Amino acid sequence: MTDTQNLTLVQAVRDGLHTELREDDDVVVMGQDVGKNGGVFRATEGLFDEFGGDRVIDTPLAESGIIGTAVGMAAMGMRPVPEIQFSGFMYPGFDQVVSHMARFRTRSRGRFTLPMTLRAPYGGGIRAPEHHSESKEAFYAHEAGLKVVIPSTPYEAKGLLAASIRDPDPVVFLEPKLIYRAFREEVPDEPYTVPIGEAATRREGDDVAVFTYGAMTRPTLEAAETLGEEGIECEVVDLRTVSPLDREAIVEAFEKTGRAVVVHEAPKTGGLGGEITAILQEEALLHQEAPIGRVAGFDVPYPLYALEDYYLPSAARIEEGILEAVEF
Amino acid sequence: MTVFDRAYDDTVRVLDEDGEVVGDVPDLGDDSLVEMYRHMRLARHFDGRAVSLQRQGRMGTYPPLSGQEGAQIGSAYALDDDDWMVPSYREHGAALVHGLPLKQTLLYWMGHEDGNNAPPDVNVFPVAVPIASQVPHATGAAWASKLRGEDDAFICYFGDGATSEGDFHEGVNFAGVFDTPTVFFCNNNQWAISVPRERQTRSATLAQKAEAYGIDGVQVDGMDPLAVYSVTKAALEKARDPDSDRPRPTLIEAVQYRFGAHTTADDPTVYRDDDEVERWKRKDPIDRLESYLRDEGVLDDERVAEIESSVEARVADAIDEAESMARPDLRELFEHAYAELPPELERQYEALAALRDDRGDAAFLED
Repeated sequence: MTDTQNLTLVQAVRDGLHTELREDDDVVVMGQDVGKNGGVFRATEGLFDEFGGDRVIDTPLAESGIIGTAVGMAAMGMRPVPEIQFSGFMYPGFDQVVSHMARFRTRSRGRFTLPMTLRAPYGGGIRAPEHHSESKEAFYAHEAGLKVVIPSTPYEAKGLLAASIRDPDPVVFLEPKLIYRAFREEVPDEPYTVPIGEAATRREGDDVAVFTYGAMTRPTLEAAETLGEEGIECEVVDLRTVSPLDREAIVEAFEKTGRAVVVHEAPKTGGLGGEITAILQEEALLHQEAPIGRVAGFDVPYPLYALEDYYLPSAARIEEGILEAVEF
Repeated sequence: MTVFDRAYDDTVRVLDEDGEVVGDVPDLGDDSLVEMYRHMRLARHFDGRAVSLQRQGRMGTYPPLSGQEGAQIGSAYALDDDDWMVPSYREHGAALVHGLPLKQTLLYWMGHEDGNNAPPDVNVFPVAVPIASQVPHATGAAWASKLRGEDDAFICYFGDGATSEGDFHEGVNFAGVFDTPTVFFCNNNQWAISVPRERQTRSATLAQKAEAYGIDGVQVDGMDPLAVYSVTKAALEKARDPDSDRPRPTLIEAVQYRFGAHTTADDPTVYRDDDEVERWKRKDPIDRLESYLRDEGVLDDERVAEIESSVEARVADAIDEAESMARPDLRELFEHAYAELPPELERQYEALAALRDDRGDAAFLED
């Protein structure tokens, strides 16, 4: 029987960083306010005091500098874990992500690899100012050479983060900040990993497969429970990794039901919903009984908070989307 | 000799910490000086009310400006009406002086896009949240003015942390190369959230970064509104003058202190000492100007009391006005994404509106 703690998702991230810093001297955490301040969401609380300023590093305010120097460290075999304070502030460093972080292995024919994990809180629903609420995971999923991981539970956040830090390739680790403190779960003290690239079934059902991830797992499960009371049984699949997608799990859930809906808070156009739909067309067309639905953010800039509850897929919108697929 | 012919660490001052005159007092006239004081009081009172609204759940995250009124009001007073202001996200006081109604600022931080929709005759750019990202805009806007043969000047605000960003360096470099009429006004408030000024750069001053781009750089006491006014005025005049024998752009480093948190989501007690805060509070720009104006016989208890109550009434009115605004219509989510709404967006709007009609607002709202 291993010791556990009852942790929120953000505490589990912190615990994961703590464990990996302890296990491997090559791991460093770096970014704005991650040191003395303990992170603006407390994701690095106490780490500076325990591991010191050479391993938990407060940097100047410069995203390209943070990511670019992490690339250099990783090329030398370290395992840096740079944090961008909000994913909406990634873009000054985006050049480093797509031009270098994603390509060093390919460019050097494997001589240089980048075992780095780029963390950023993402997603909406916290009544935040502009640029603090976007979901742009598709940008990173579109970039070959990166893995893109999105946890939705405390236990898996720690295990997926450990897997990302230990992975030989660069990982973009997006944390759904809406559920940073939404609920607690028992999280083992000891190190463990949850595999990258594997989806998880959150609810079994025979009528329709619903694919989602991140903070949208909760309203999706809520919608599934409501529909369950009406006799419509949803299979809810949490992707957990959006690149590479777990094609096998996606196809399997679809073949079981013949109907599918994808739920994400990212804008509909160019989002993961399109990619999942295409996979099902490619691999399971003959099982399809209805158009594949997408319940997503709208194709507009993410609004300030007076209207954000209308922007984000609510349980009501998700129910509607599922009903359309089921009643077709 | 101009104000620009000095060492980068030779800080320009007009009033010392006690409000005693130590430099050249700008020729503003008593009425303007009192108005400047009134605006500083207004900004301070507004700031306190905004923080309290946030605590009461009546406003979202808000970035306080307390301690920075000298830099904001002093610099904005130096602008002509036709000059343009390119702010970051903390310039509520500067924008107010340049004509942005308080109601707009409140609405913005209350989550309404309309807060950024300044009246057409107010030359203020929308809030720019990503650090330093507005710096190249200010260079480009000023460049446009120069290319068209107009004579407006542009002031761009940003903080000490912004000087670490690539956009700062690119924007200032372009200004130097194309000799644009831009004043880069750095509000060095010592802290970029938890990171102190000395961890942003090994440079002894931020003003000296101008040297690398071949433009003028000057450091001013940012908690001395009269010094800020004089330096900004000189920089703007130089910017407007195409025949100036100096570079038209200037980098001003206004040394000051953020008394409060970075935003209402921040707790500065985690990373800085109370002693330090108290030390800087002794330099309070409002006390300093008040002391000077009292010594000059321009302000007395009665006048100060009148200003205090007028300021409170004005802020209370603005809050009433902002809070009486209804939640924006659903259509507003879509309305300004393009000049003309593409058909797919029209469909997305219609589906949302139909579902809202069917299920009611309660099916959407979290609160």
